[in-house]
Amino acid sequence: MKIVVCVKQVPDSAARVVVEGGRVTWGDAPMVINPWDEYAVEAALLQSEAHGGSVTAVTIGPESAKDALKHALAMGCGEAILISDAALADIDSQGAARVLAAAIQKIGDVDVVFFGRQAIDGDMGVTAPQTARALGWSMLSLVSRIVALDPGARTVRVSRATEEGQQVVDASLPSAISVGKDIAEPRYPSFMGIRKASRAVIPTWSLADLGVPAPAAVVRWPELLNPPAREVKTDMITGASPQEIAAALVDKILAEKVL
Amino acid sequence: MSNKVWVFIDQFKGKGHPGSWEALGAGRSLAEKLGGGVTALVIGEQAEAVAGEAFQYGADEVLFADDASLADYRAEPYAALIVKLVGQARPDVLLFPTTTRGRELAAMTAIDLETGVMPDVTALEVQDGEVIATRPVYAGKLLSRVVCSARPQVITTRIRAFPSPPADPGRSGSAVKVEPAMPGDSIATRVVEYAESGGGVSLSDAGVIVSGGRGVSNNPALTPPAGMDEKQAEIWRAQQGFKLVGELAGVLGGAVGASRAAVDAGYIPYEHQVGQTGKVVSPDLYIACGISGAIQHQAGMRTSKVIVAINKDPEAPIFKLARFGVVGDLFQILPALTEAFRKKLNK
Repeated sequence: MKIVVCVKQVPDSAARVVVEGGRVTWGDAPMVINPWDEYAVEAALLQSEAHGGSVTAVTIGPESAKDALKHALAMGCGEAILISDAALADIDSQGAARVLAAAIQKIGDVDVVFFGRQAIDGDMGVTAPQTARALGWSMLSLVSRIVALDPGARTVRVSRATEEGQQVVDASLPSAISVGKDIAEPRYPSFMGIRKASRAVIPTWSLADLGVPAPAAVVRWPELLNPPAREVKTDMITGASPQEIAAALVDKILAEKVL
Repeated sequence: MSNKVWVFIDQFKGKGHPGSWEALGAGRSLAEKLGGGVTALVIGEQAEAVAGEAFQYGADEVLFADDASLADYRAEPYAALIVKLVGQARPDVLLFPTTTRGRELAAMTAIDLETGVMPDVTALEVQDGEVIATRPVYAGKLLSRVVCSARPQVITTRIRAFPSPPADPGRSGSAVKVEPAMPGDSIATRVVEYAESGGGVSLSDAGVIVSGGRGVSNNPALTPPAGMDEKQAEIWRAQQGFKLVGELAGVLGGAVGASRAAVDAGYIPYEHQVGQTGKVVSPDLYIACGISGAIQHQAGMRTSKVIVAINKDPEAPIFKLARFGVVGDLFQILPALTEAFRKKLNK
């Protein structure tokens, strides 16, 4: 089994993200592996433990994004690859998908590629299906459970979440799988894992290494704004008893005409 | 088929997702500015019934496909059909509702059509014939204005961000049947079974959400059944607390939400989590019970119309967002609130 997991480095979810002078800042909040991607790493590791084979973590980003890859290595991934190129600075999701697809093809003979459901910075949630499409592979989105994976027969059965419930789907490999938080609790990096990751040499691939031209971005985001401040005047409801408080609160809520 | 705006109508077993009609309404507004009408596309089991509804919600032309190979939702044959039809008609804008299906289909069609996707947008405007979208990023901590230079501009509209147009029973038309683009035996996926989740209001569609946090486990008046260890007792206590949350949600016809802390502590399944790594919601009324309001929770609910916070800690950050606040014991306030609503709403 050859498994790839695609990860992204993002500002920590507790970061106070604001626009200052037209630029996004998150103060001194740390850059971390996208929390959703930890679930993808866990899913990849579980499958490689069950069926043998290797897990390679891949990311697109600057040199500093190697820290996200090191987290994946510390969790147990065998290898990691950074894709970095000055021409990728203004990449859009389509471009990212085509670059990831090229990397997966360069790695070669990949059976499954795992993704988290979305990155908590751009909140796009399209990289998995776009990469699958660029590869021409089937896409299994928002998978809650891998019911069975048979590398010999080259088939996988998953249960995936939709608005209405769980859809159980069979697919032939190779396949792209995005996972939700219900797949499994991500493991903490072990002490040995952290030591191994800190010594790991992570190769960097450029667009020339991948043999693909710089993707021209068609989607641009010319402006980032702080959301309009919520002008809330908080009405604190008090009363002599819970019943009195409840009655007053119900009247006030009904007066807002939202029910 | 020369309309400039196309809308994919997401449906399940002959019932259009409410977000589809919101997308159709957004499509109509765009068409008024771009010129021309709106084409709706419905795919899947009982698509023809939904096609009739699409006329009522404002479509000028409706295409539908109902074939054995399209009966169950599968991304590949659905995307292939959308790509084929849109590739022929070359509209300027292709809209989807941001459902699980809509988001992945938009993503995939954008690749095939060599254009770009702008998912989960909350506002749309037209400037010089170009659509400019606004979408929340960093879970709504920032807003991004987005443009796409290629055509069609593929956009998914956030559920509940656009008003649903009223259905006009006087509007009708004859929907055009189209054939699948992929032969059934060439599709790499097969749906084995479908387990519909049992009832309950889905968080993303809910007009009212009552959420619980860590505080729901702190009821000192409860004595857990004998034989439980400390963790089991804590979870048992929390489940009693979430019962109170659920009863209020029930009376209001709403959904039950939870903070990450409550989910991580094992009080309630993850599907209820509101926040940056859960669901981002925007109900008309959000009642936060025993939730302190960590920034990542706020990111998931701050655009709710009216926020009510019930917390014993007067310093809890959630009160800064709240229109109404109660400092007090939620185990006493919640039952009283449920009872008061029940009386007022005659339920």
